[in-house]
Amino acid sequence: MATKTKELILDPLFNNNPIAVQILGICSALAVTTKLETAVVMTLGVTVVTAFSNLAVSAIRERIPPSIRIIVQLTVIASLVIVTDQVLKAYMYAISKQLSVFVGLIITNCIVMGRAEAFAMQNPPWRSFVDGIGNGLGYGIVLILVAVVRELLGSGKFAGMAVLPTINEGGWYNPNGLMVLAPGAFFLIAVFIWVLRTVRPQLAEAE
Amino acid sequence: MQFSTGYTFGFATVICVVCGIGVAGSAVALKDLQDANAVLDRQTKVLAVVGLVDESTATPEQVKDLFAKRIKPLVVELKTGKPAEGIDAMTFDQSVEAKDPAIGFDAPAGNKAKVLRMPKHGLVYQVVGESGKVERLIIPVEGKGLWSTLYGYLAIESDADTIAGLTFYKHGETPGLGGEVDNPRWKALWPGRKIRNAKGVPTIQVAKGSVGSASEAPNKVDGLSGATLTCNGVTYLLQFWVGEHGFGPYLEGVRAKKG
Repeated sequence: MATKTKELILDPLFNNNPIAVQILGICSALAVTTKLETAVVMTLGVTVVTAFSNLAVSAIRERIPPSIRIIVQLTVIASLVIVTDQVLKAYMYAISKQLSVFVGLIITNCIVMGRAEAFAMQNPPWRSFVDGIGNGLGYGIVLILVAVVRELLGSGKFAGMAVLPTINEGGWYNPNGLMVLAPGAFFLIAVFIWVLRTVRPQLAEAE
Repeated sequence: MQFSTGYTFGFATVICVVCGIGVAGSAVALKDLQDANAVLDRQTKVLAVVGLVDESTATPEQVKDLFAKRIKPLVVELKTGKPAEGIDAMTFDQSVEAKDPAIGFDAPAGNKAKVLRMPKHGLVYQVVGESGKVERLIIPVEGKGLWSTLYGYLAIESDADTIAGLTFYKHGETPGLGGEVDNPRWKALWPGRKIRNAKGVPTIQVAKGSVGSASEAPNKVDGLSGATLTCNGVTYLLQFWVGEHGFGPYLEGVRAKKG
């Protein structure tokens, strides 16, 4: 069981990464990755929500009538997201303002619902909880990688500190405007998926 | 496993009630903290525009303390420019009043700042010195840029004509282009410029290219390259809010008293 738990966490990081392999959760990955700080908070948010929604759904999985299971999952997830949003607003106001609608949009993040339906409905609570953490972190690792590159190339900064002094600030670096806009994230995620599938060819879909 | 229809309905009801209690409970329990955050956020922005605090390092205690000591909010009736009676300046919210169908009204059609709704009253933050004398005035401004509505504060010296600072606290302009309205180097160009030209008309504007220092071009500020439409938006919104439909009458009153 110990190795199983470890696998549940580590697997989604690379072997079964929700963004790169399952191609879930792309939409929010574009929106919150212009800066490292927001990406980290978003990662925490999604991880917490996925873990607890998996836990809750798994705990009641044998009692959920199959005919209404999707809407039940959705209700659980939506409630958790609202609570997360409220907590952020109360304790991390500045960041919650930057994340604005995207916290609410965790509801629409396919990863959360995808894991509830695909994993939590068939597995006991503890394993589901760990699976939620793993997938949240797997999502987060891509988010953070993309955010580091976008922040560095797009604004010459790393976690808010100037690394490459930009021309507007009197330095030499001409920021790459593409990186701060959403398409920049598309290219980076594509590159990330490409690299991952080149390193591990078994991840690519069969032709 | 088979579930009866009755069980399904019952299950759905229980889930709804449990989730509802959870959501409502957290919203109610955290409301005070959230409101305090929103007020603190606004106070920090007001203090930052006149340089009393550094936004990134100020602690909540500093902000509360400084705001209480140095800022005196004042509600004025926009049309007459006179202080409004019977409105608590600490709780007054311009945007709420603008939306209120009974008090707010539609902004003049075709105004270039593309303001849609106007409040009847406006909120002026007076910056008072140690001696209690009003040193500066801060007025809220808002208007359309290229993509988004820009919300900010304009700080004016006590002559009601010289600009002391301009800060936007909320906008969705393109980062690196129009988003450069947040750039400290650009914001540093504002202090010292005059709202009105020699004839007393508010002509403050963001011009294309480099216009020189405040003494060379008192009514103009360098434009941001690659952000002409955002800059035009800034011009229009400033001219709107210091003009006759905005805080113009109030500022006129301040000038008359001075001189």
